[in-house]
Amino acid sequence: MFSKLKESFFISISAILANKMRSFLTTLGIIIGVCSVVLMSTAIKGVDNSFQQGISSLGSDVLYIDKFAWFSSEEFWKMRNRPNITYEDYEKFKSLVNLPLAVAPQAISVRNIKFREKTAEAIFVTGSTTEYLETTNFSFKSGRFFSEIESESGRDVVVLGYDIAETLFGNIDPIGSIVKIGGFNYQVVGVLNKQGSNLLGAFNPDRQVYVPIKSLFRHFGLSWRSITIVVRAKNSQLLEETKIEAEQVMRQVRRLKAYESSDFSINQQEGLIQIYKNTVGVIQIGGLFITGLSLFVGAIGIMNIMFVSVKERTREIGIRKAIGATKRIIMAQFLMESSIISMIGGLIGLFFAIVLSYVIDQFIPTSVQISAVLIAIVISLLTGILSGLAPAYSAAKLDPVESLRYE
Amino acid sequence: MNDENPIIIEMKDITKTYIVGLEHVHALRGINLKVRKNEYIAIMGPSGSGKSTLMNIIGCLDTPTTGLYLFNGMSVSDMDDNQLAKIRNKEIGFVFQTFNLLPRSNALHNVELPLIYANVYSQERKERAVRALNSVGLGDRIHHKPNELSGGQRQRVAIARALVNNPSIILADEPTGNLDSKTGEEIMQLFEELHQKGNTIILITHEEYIAEHAKRIIRLRDGLIESEEIFTTRKVMV
Repeated sequence: MFSKLKESFFISISAILANKMRSFLTTLGIIIGVCSVVLMSTAIKGVDNSFQQGISSLGSDVLYIDKFAWFSSEEFWKMRNRPNITYEDYEKFKSLVNLPLAVAPQAISVRNIKFREKTAEAIFVTGSTTEYLETTNFSFKSGRFFSEIESESGRDVVVLGYDIAETLFGNIDPIGSIVKIGGFNYQVVGVLNKQGSNLLGAFNPDRQVYVPIKSLFRHFGLSWRSITIVVRAKNSQLLEETKIEAEQVMRQVRRLKAYESSDFSINQQEGLIQIYKNTVGVIQIGGLFITGLSLFVGAIGIMNIMFVSVKERTREIGIRKAIGATKRIIMAQFLMESSIISMIGGLIGLFFAIVLSYVIDQFIPTSVQISAVLIAIVISLLTGILSGLAPAYSAAKLDPVESLRYE
Repeated sequence: MNDENPIIIEMKDITKTYIVGLEHVHALRGINLKVRKNEYIAIMGPSGSGKSTLMNIIGCLDTPTTGLYLFNGMSVSDMDDNQLAKIRNKEIGFVFQTFNLLPRSNALHNVELPLIYANVYSQERKERAVRALNSVGLGDRIHHKPNELSGGQRQRVAIARALVNNPSIILADEPTGNLDSKTGEEIMQLFEELHQKGNTIILITHEEYIAEHAKRIIRLRDGLIESEEIFTTRKVMV
């Protein structure tokens, strides 16, 4: 059995080498197919990772009480008529709830931030209290979050996101330096570690700064706008209960009667994940399908060339049958040949995919994983076998007398 | 001719009918034939006489439409493709007019091929192939490819390939048809030697002077055996 396989292997290699140009062109289809499938699956993985990472910086056990629902079928104008969520609402809410680990207000203003001649433009300036830190998974590269006293007195201190610190200060330690936020002086007290992902855009914590909410109100007069109350549950198991409590307490704060519907929304990242899956999932499947098509075209190329090969070698098949090759041997020989062509294409395609993934890495953090390597090998092997089946079968069932007579 | 030798091939009322379009072509109309071990037979006949069809059936490349074909006592008529392949591999050595070597393989590999299909291990395979090539006088050409060999040498490689599995019969279809007469004569000489060594040879030819090397000549016409001659003594022409 082994010697027959070895025979098939060497016959295949010599057949492939005998038609170098043709084999190369056939392989090209598979190279492109495998390369695009691997790249696509790698990119998908990268986008997913990046999203998961970004979403986890939001916290899976965090609720956001907002005027607007993030995702809702309710019409926008109805929600627009809801009363704003005020700082007083937050204070009342905080004094009434028991379950949450932490409750913090959140107001956002978009400002330019300057340090000496360097400027970071249109940055999300998040105003909150000390307790905000507990609603996040932030860790510090240097310094600290603003303190209770700083928060309560509305001192002009700021915590910088990783990217902002990098943009403004480069290698210098920013702690203690004064930056200008929207023209007002703020002292830097902390710098966050890198945590977010580019996918979140301006919402990425790396591209935000954090100041006491009272300071934000004082300088930028945002107190008339609706704020968000950020609520973190003790753990994700308690999330549902915490949400129910939050709803009740908030209705109490708003003095709603039993028959009135809530005039606020409680958002959570789950909704974001759902939306992500619904939209990006479709794009992913579409992407895989389209790249899969290129692989399919490659497979047709192999099938085509294998049929030509069978036709050309009809006489050889006749000779082999005359001296005792069974159908199975002939079939194995051609399957071997199509698999080898496809495997070679797959490996070359994989090589290109790895090279190209370094380019893609510049935009979406990604790398070709072992699973992608396995995918490439399995896919190309399967493609080779499947595309070789019909030609191999047509070779195996050739009549020995007819094929010996074939010129 | 030794009537005590065991019968290798026994054919009873073999017919072969091809359907070409709406027409039935009767290539063989009832062949009865016995071949004993160590016979040297020539099958002759004009084209259309059915000798190619008969050769294909003897060689187990094709099966008869009706009739009984026993090869070493086994009924070939009932065999499936795999069993036929096995018979071709172990019991029959083919020698073709056009040599039918694999062009990209060297002489050694061409001769090894039947042994590969017979699952003979590589060391033994190589030894047997080299021995077979030596026996046809090509011991010094084993690594040459067919296009590096003369016609006579190619046919010798083909004969070595036919011999290598120690088949029950050697079936040669116009083995000298593509060779000049001198080389052809050398090849016939080689068949003579193989016969002397105890091999059973069936030769298909339409050349009288080639057929004369055989000890028994069977003449076909219109799908039937027309006549049979047996020569008990014959001088070997050199």
